[in-house]
Amino acid sequence: MTMTRTFIALSLAAGAALAAAPALAQEHQVPPPQLSWSFSGPFGMYDQAQLQRGFKVYREVCASCHSLDYVAFRNLADPGGPGFSTAQVDALAAEYKIKDLDDKGEPVERTGRPADHFPAPFPNAAAAAAANGVAPPDMSTLAKARTYQRGFPWFIFDLFTQYQEQGPDYIHAILVGYEEPPKDFKLPPGGHYNKYFPGHNIAMPQPLQDGQVTYDDGTPQTLDQYAKDISAFLMWAAEPQLEARHRIGFQVMIFLIVLAGLLYFTKKKVWHEVEAPREAAQGQDPAKTTL
Amino acid sequence: MSGHSTYQPQNKALQWLETRLPIGGLIHSSFVAYPTPRNLNYWWTFGGILSFMLGVQIITGIVLAMHYTAHVDLAFKSVELIMRDVNYGWLLRYIHANGASMFFLAVYIHMFRGIYYGSYKAPREVLWILGVIIYLLMMATGFMGYVLVWGQMSFWAATVITNLFSALPGVGETIVTWLWGGYAVGQPTLNRFFSLHYLLPFVIAGVVVLHVWALHVAGQNNPAGIEPKSDKDTVPFTPYATVKDSFAIAVFCILFAWFIFYVPNYLGHADNYIPANPAVTPAEIVPEWYYLPFYAILRSIPDKLLGVIALFASILILAFLPWLDTSRVRSARYRPLFKQCFWLWVIACIGLGWLGSKPPEGIYVLLSRVFTAYYFGFFIIILPLLGIFEKTKPLPNSISDSVLKAKA
Repeated sequence: MTMTRTFIALSLAAGAALAAAPALAQEHQVPPPQLSWSFSGPFGMYDQAQLQRGFKVYREVCASCHSLDYVAFRNLADPGGPGFSTAQVDALAAEYKIKDLDDKGEPVERTGRPADHFPAPFPNAAAAAAANGVAPPDMSTLAKARTYQRGFPWFIFDLFTQYQEQGPDYIHAILVGYEEPPKDFKLPPGGHYNKYFPGHNIAMPQPLQDGQVTYDDGTPQTLDQYAKDISAFLMWAAEPQLEARHRIGFQVMIFLIVLAGLLYFTKKKVWHEVEAPREAAQGQDPAKTTL
Repeated sequence: MSGHSTYQPQNKALQWLETRLPIGGLIHSSFVAYPTPRNLNYWWTFGGILSFMLGVQIITGIVLAMHYTAHVDLAFKSVELIMRDVNYGWLLRYIHANGASMFFLAVYIHMFRGIYYGSYKAPREVLWILGVIIYLLMMATGFMGYVLVWGQMSFWAATVITNLFSALPGVGETIVTWLWGGYAVGQPTLNRFFSLHYLLPFVIAGVVVLHVWALHVAGQNNPAGIEPKSDKDTVPFTPYATVKDSFAIAVFCILFAWFIFYVPNYLGHADNYIPANPAVTPAEIVPEWYYLPFYAILRSIPDKLLGVIALFASILILAFLPWLDTSRVRSARYRPLFKQCFWLWVIACIGLGWLGSKPPEGIYVLLSRVFTAYYFGFFIIILPLLGIFEKTKPLPNSISDSVLKAKA
């Protein structure tokens, strides 16, 4: 097994060599603080109350500019989600007006149904861009579409620690990252200074302030709390099957480990005659007998 | 090696079939009685792992294709709907996307093993070249599959890679237009990539059959790099190789499941969750990890045409390996100098992979050039010369000799 030994030695050496190489990664980007999320790790699950609060923030603040194309009202009652009841979803959908055609083919606005998707705030990307300078990105995959450079060696550790929350960490950081630009920083007109945005010049004005959204459950109404809740909600919007994935993953892992263990001992038993011939144990030459 | 089949079915129906189509005998001689060297280590289980992965990719791919729409306005959406509305669609897609990475991981280990133990040498040249063809087909298939998602990185990777052909003098632009089916990456490109992405895995499966056929004619190489001389040197494929391969596949699946269930997007790029937008170029365009070494070779050469030539040469040179390596000794176990040069070459490959993900500036360019030079130097200078100058260690008399000596 020389190849195995050399392979391990080499992997360690390569790791050390890469560690010594210049870390060029985060030149224009301040790494966002890593928060602890209820959905991180192999047994992570969403915090229903947090998703409901995050949804409230989305509805009252984000939704005026950002679409949520791939999420339907009915998803809010799906298992592994914010946990609204179907009655709540019916009532919620009915508050929305959906563009549709009537029986005669005439365009109408009807009340929403649970199967409808969230209507976009702008009729198309051009209208969104005209109203905002830059079209605000759709939010249904945002938490998986945003990240930041982890750099060596962190990206290797992430594989083992299962750090997959770059997206929500980044979104939270952006929301709390608005500050006065440093004196030597030239902010172009229409831009806003954000500590965590790559290049610091972000088109979106600060969307959230302390006390802006009312929480009914006594949760602190602070910017930091809003940022955490909306980030968690967006993670759910991007990865609504996370809870099922973690649950099935654990079952599959147990199954595979048991299967591999059984196969290992089966292999041992089958190969025993080849690897430790009976003749050798009895002091005879195994080369004189056939298998 | 395989010899005549000793398959004698007891069942009347099987006897009837066997006299008309001896498929039972074929299976028996290929996967039951087939003699396999007794000293194979676990690096030899990756052939079985690769067959398993090809099966996984084809099965999940067929189901995904039932739900996918190859249209520029709908492709991204259909992928998202697979993730959200198709029963276990998220599982199928994460298996398929991470399966591609696992497939490449396994094929790289399989190739490194083949080079380390000299498995490409006579009489296994055709076996090796068929492997290189499979690898080329895999690269094409993987690339086109990545484009189907139609995210930002899909679109821009398609643009960059197809544009490579524009470097060819005279015919370049025409070829690129022909590949695209238009004047930019668009609907015809996506549609034909879907068609080819569905076709090529079956071509791979066909070449795999040839690969296994060639393997069963020449017989497997082994860590000692000497041919089996008697029955004592081999064990029958079933149960010995079957149970060992099954165990290896189960262990490999644990790694695979880790990616699928716990870090499904680790090997992907965040930009691919943004729908393709021809008007916005991403800050950085990087290929999937398994193409990074070749991307680094491409960018290490300042001239575009020469870079493209180097890129293709770096893969095609593998096909000439059986003749570039002039040594008669197969296994690196008995080739001390080759062993060192081989591991340096592995470092160069991994180093190029890391550099492919870095911006082409400063120290990274210099390192890419050093590693690229070594990558090619290994094939065209070191291997031909080593065969002449290297003093190899004495080979064991037989496989069973080498096994028993190792135990003693």
